[in-house]
Amino acid sequence: MKALKHFLMSPAAMLGLVLLVVIIGLALFADVLYPRDPLGLAGRPLQWPNPAGRFLLGTDASGRDIAAQIAHGARTTLLMGIVSTLIAIVIGIVIGALAGFYGGLTDDVLMRLTEAFQTLPNFILLLVLVVVVGSNMTAVTIAIGVVSWPAVARLTRAEFLTLRNREFVQACRTLGLTNRWIIFREVLPNALAPIIVYGSVVMATAILLESALAFLDLSDPNIASWGNLIGQGRKVLRSEWYVSAIPGVAILLTILSVSLVGQGLNDALNPRLRNR
Amino acid sequence: MSAPAMTPLVRIEDLSIALPRGADRPFAVETLSLTLNAGEIVCVVGESGSGKSMTASALMGLLPPSLPVRSGRIMLGERDIVRLSEDELRAIRGPEIGMIFQEPMTALNPLRTAGDQIAEMFRAHTDLPRAEIEARALKLLDEVGIPEPASAYRAYPHELSGGQRQRVMIAMALALEPKILIADEPTTALDVTIQAQILELIRDIQRRTGMAVLFITHDFGVVAEIADRVMVMQHGKVVESGSAEAVLHDPQHPYTKALIAAVPSLTPPPPRALPDQTIATVRDLSKTYRTGGGWFGRKQRVTYAVKSATISLPSQATLGIVGESGSGKSTLARCIVRLLDPDSGAIELGGVDFGGLAGEALRRQRHLVQMVFQDPYASLNPRRSVGDLVTQGLIARGTKRSDAMARAKELFALVGLDPAATDRLPHEFSGGQRQRIGLARALALEPKVLVADEAVSALDVSVQAQVLKLLVELRDKLSLSMIFITHDLRVAAQICDRIAIMQRGEVVEHGITADIFAAPKHPYTQKLLSAVPGRAN
Repeated sequence: MKALKHFLMSPAAMLGLVLLVVIIGLALFADVLYPRDPLGLAGRPLQWPNPAGRFLLGTDASGRDIAAQIAHGARTTLLMGIVSTLIAIVIGIVIGALAGFYGGLTDDVLMRLTEAFQTLPNFILLLVLVVVVGSNMTAVTIAIGVVSWPAVARLTRAEFLTLRNREFVQACRTLGLTNRWIIFREVLPNALAPIIVYGSVVMATAILLESALAFLDLSDPNIASWGNLIGQGRKVLRSEWYVSAIPGVAILLTILSVSLVGQGLNDALNPRLRNR
Repeated sequence: MSAPAMTPLVRIEDLSIALPRGADRPFAVETLSLTLNAGEIVCVVGESGSGKSMTASALMGLLPPSLPVRSGRIMLGERDIVRLSEDELRAIRGPEIGMIFQEPMTALNPLRTAGDQIAEMFRAHTDLPRAEIEARALKLLDEVGIPEPASAYRAYPHELSGGQRQRVMIAMALALEPKILIADEPTTALDVTIQAQILELIRDIQRRTGMAVLFITHDFGVVAEIADRVMVMQHGKVVESGSAEAVLHDPQHPYTKALIAAVPSLTPPPPRALPDQTIATVRDLSKTYRTGGGWFGRKQRVTYAVKSATISLPSQATLGIVGESGSGKSTLARCIVRLLDPDSGAIELGGVDFGGLAGEALRRQRHLVQMVFQDPYASLNPRRSVGDLVTQGLIARGTKRSDAMARAKELFALVGLDPAATDRLPHEFSGGQRQRIGLARALALEPKVLVADEAVSALDVSVQAQVLKLLVELRDKLSLSMIFITHDLRVAAQICDRIAIMQRGEVVEHGITADIFAAPKHPYTQKLLSAVPGRAN
């Protein structure tokens, strides 16, 4: 509860939280705000943003409402970000926990695997995966999760290495508890705080990765997403730059809010860093 | 006292140091007055949280910003340390006041040689030429009694032993010939034989140079060895002060009396009658640690942590395994409870070949022997309620949750805790209470043998006395058989029926406690017994 209080007292963390709540609200109420298909033709193409006119944020090269795409895209982006982060964290925790807890050969094998993933640039690996399995949203989300776990695995392993020799873990072993019980019910809860904080970094990267894919026209074209919108705007970047800039700002704000919340969590959960 | 007495060097007058809001009391140190004269050793004694270390920090101007001085003065000659600037303080630390700390490994920089760190003192405070600095550093190393000063000069902290590191710290503190030395628990982390040497060294240097020493300690044995004057602190206040003679032999304040009474006596009680059966035997147990060595034929270093140790534990008896750090006593204990796998040897527990079990079979038999750990803070999972901690072993063995919880409440009552407290978290309990929880957890599985690994070493002396009393009560009530690992001969004398003395992985002497204390046979045992501080009192 002290941690929660500390979190709520930090202006940066609160700013992040408010931003995040606004974006989540936008995603939740997209259907209410813009009930029409965001990818349908709405009006004359390439109208500049005009708060007084029909289109608050203007229209893109195909005559689609940018504001509608931003609202519906928030849904895609957040869902994709959260799901791929969860995938990355679950894979990372399992591999890191096994490597850190058992050590020895298990550790060697799993860590070489992790290094193999880490030495390949994330984005190249992602491109290969998307090219192979296709570019619908589910595949893209899973692919982003699959390329993002190595850092989580390393972090989890480091936490487990320090925790596994603590006396309370040894006490559990003398009580005859099974390894599965010790790993998931005793050690993991103590290792979770930094992993949750790191989750915000994974989520920010996931959003960026998806946008980059969309920019290259490799993401799912049948769903409104911020990345797709940026990709659309690429062709008219020099004259109608707002088409790319508006979703760019949306991505910036989302990542900013996620990292501010992550940083706030980090400060709140690591009491020793508080008084720096 | 040999030095010219009664020249006041430092006068602390009515010093009060505030604690942050929300602490259990308003002041860390409250209206403390103390005069430190040239040529005397003043011991500040107290339990943890008594404010004794805060006093030392205030004297060095090292208080953290969260603990401001509220009132009072610390007069060093005509200057008030409380009101000096950081620059002025820096000029005092080293040339006028030297300080040594509890843990020399963390107080020394691991990346620089011992000689370099002593030379740093001269470089920072004088403009002597290089050669002169080196000569002085070497001379200091020689004065603090380090064998081969020239090679110690080039050694890194990890290449020195604990005692040698503390000698290096003392050399650094003495480098600029300060008039005042502050020693904050300088021997607490050291073995008893090394402690005796360091105490002698400090007293020797103090006599030679006539400096004043402020010695912070929790150990009345150490006080008896070294102090001229004693100041006893409790909850930030001085409860008693006077000459060492008077305070040790004729304490006035009830708290001082209780503290001195809590120090266990070095004379063992008469042996108890014990049944003839043996509950546990360990035969020829060896454990080696291999470090280094890899795929490319680097040389492996093999350390014998335990070398063919043989011990036996009579039913309902308490066997003490006594030794200094690195003697292998903790490794032996961890092999017996199978937290470590011994390389060879047999462990038999109540008719079960416990040493031969592995995997699932071992897990099912682990209830035979249970352990109480040393560190009351690290041995309880901070995220689980204490009730969960006590019941989890039972639940893993198939006991129903409600039955296990009822049993936990019984155990809580048994170890002197409130049975209603089972749903609290560990951090809500004090160190002594946490050890009781650890004990309840170990007893929950009704083990044949209880292994206590330095179970009272981290506790203050008055709490230690209570936990020892509880252990004796439980031993009698539950007919427990216990293996008690300790470095403290006083504790061993009071609680153990038999003791095994370990040195460098080997059991060098093994027998009935009273016999060994009365007539130690092995030279190492004799050395250990003679090094216990305050044995004359």
